[in-house]
Amino acid sequence: MSSSMIIGQYVPGNSVIHRLDPRTKIAIIFFFVLIVFFANSVMSYGLLTLFAAGSAISTKIPANYLIKGLLPVWFLIVFTFLLHLFVTKEGEVFFSFLSFEFYTGGLIQGLAISLRFFLLILVTSLLTLTTTPIEITDAIESMLGPLKKIRFPVHELALMMSISLRFIPTLMQETEKISKAQASRGVDFRTGPVKERIKAVVPLLVPLFVSAFKRAEELAMAMEARGYQGGEGRTKLRELHTGRLDIYAYFLFVLVIIGLFITRS
Amino acid sequence: MDITFKDVSYIYQPNTPFEHRALSNLSFHIRSGSFVAVIGHTGSGKSTLLQHLNGLLRPTAGEVDIGSYKISAEGKTKDIKSLREKAGVVFQYPEHQLFEETVEKDIGFGPLNFHVEQEEIKRRTQEAIEAVNLPEELLQRSPFDLSGGQMRRVAIAGVLAMEPEVLVLDEPTAGLDPRGQREIMDMFSALHKEKKLTTVLVTHSMEDALRYADHIIILKDGRKHMEGPPLEVLVRKEELEQVQLDVPEVIQFLSGVEEKLGYSISYHNQDIAQLAKELVAMVKGGR
Repeated sequence: MSSSMIIGQYVPGNSVIHRLDPRTKIAIIFFFVLIVFFANSVMSYGLLTLFAAGSAISTKIPANYLIKGLLPVWFLIVFTFLLHLFVTKEGEVFFSFLSFEFYTGGLIQGLAISLRFFLLILVTSLLTLTTTPIEITDAIESMLGPLKKIRFPVHELALMMSISLRFIPTLMQETEKISKAQASRGVDFRTGPVKERIKAVVPLLVPLFVSAFKRAEELAMAMEARGYQGGEGRTKLRELHTGRLDIYAYFLFVLVIIGLFITRS
Repeated sequence: MDITFKDVSYIYQPNTPFEHRALSNLSFHIRSGSFVAVIGHTGSGKSTLLQHLNGLLRPTAGEVDIGSYKISAEGKTKDIKSLREKAGVVFQYPEHQLFEETVEKDIGFGPLNFHVEQEEIKRRTQEAIEAVNLPEELLQRSPFDLSGGQMRRVAIAGVLAMEPEVLVLDEPTAGLDPRGQREIMDMFSALHKEKKLTTVLVTHSMEDALRYADHIIILKDGRKHMEGPPLEVLVRKEELEQVQLDVPEVIQFLSGVEEKLGYSISYHNQDIAQLAKELVAMVKGGR
């Protein structure tokens, strides 16, 4: 499971994209997701694809790893394409097979929508591939900063996020460990009737909950012992700062936006 | 059951940036009925090796033979479940796997999965709780009410109740007090002899390896670094230092005595008191 899914998995590196301020990355990706929906000509799609592909290449993450990692999503993309191809009845018939007739409108729309879909997924997965979860939380805390004025608990929210992100791998490891221990005692998680398999989850869940609660208690104790008392007056270990690199990135992105509105028809 | 590793390699997450080679071309043979200690630094591949012993992992290349079971990269091993009944594994911190309402049910959980008759489960539960030296009154208590040491013993009893022929132990004494460590290891040693088990002990402790094992395999970066009987392996200081291991204290002491005083005493599992007596006898006897 973990070997084929890469969405959400951080790949360490030192590329330009890795070094960007996480806030820059989040902001650019947010606006990219918006402007993808404005593209409507070959040129404008080409421009966006160029931007996405360029970013992907500059992360220096091996291309075959990226493509294989997006495998689960390929199915969705192909499905969208086929759906449009079969359903849309605009333009001329360019191909007919048995009783099916395929229209050029369907083909074009299918291609456009699945390309849009692909770009969205590629760009958003670049964020998690090149940014550690802790950087993302820091960025979100900083970007939500203004909400503190209306007494929104920004720091607490960020802390909750980083704790839960931090414990995902730990819990996954724990799950694997316990499921191996129970498999060694003869539990069969993979085969057998559904009713048996549902029952097989109990010996997995009970120890997992017990250890999660224990861990939470220990964490709270350790935080208190080290003087944690909320976000008020707390200094940061990792200061985020927007540097020259980020300004270049914003500049490039603004050019892409301008280019998009020129090339769209 | 005989255990044979033939050129076994194992790679975690192959073809990704996280690819990691845990075992490389590992070959060895464990005779049925022997007590083998596997020693190695963190990350040397001990845990990976251990998971091959009951089919939790399949080698990426090579073949593992356990009795009549053959596990290789290609092809399904038939009856992997019955292999797991014959090869019991006590994982590190096994108390984390407890989940039932009562100690009795938890100990009987393994045998129940292997479709053992109720009567027989009852008998095995009794026997297992005695073997781990816990009072019978605990059987009706919840395992979560027990102390850490008692939970450990219950978890071990749960593996023993499967009545395995091969017993695989992954640092079974980690985190226990010295007395508890000794008791648990002595218990495994007694069971090993009594039930004629094949025991594989994964450990950091050179002292345990010397005391209990009759064969030792030392791993380094997923390869076999040294192998042989304890008294041959555990005296080779330079080679041990390459993997940050020390010669056990007793052996260090005995070779010191021989070097400085010229008395040669052989090691045969004697404790400190016995050793002192032997030494006194030698000194008095004027060699």
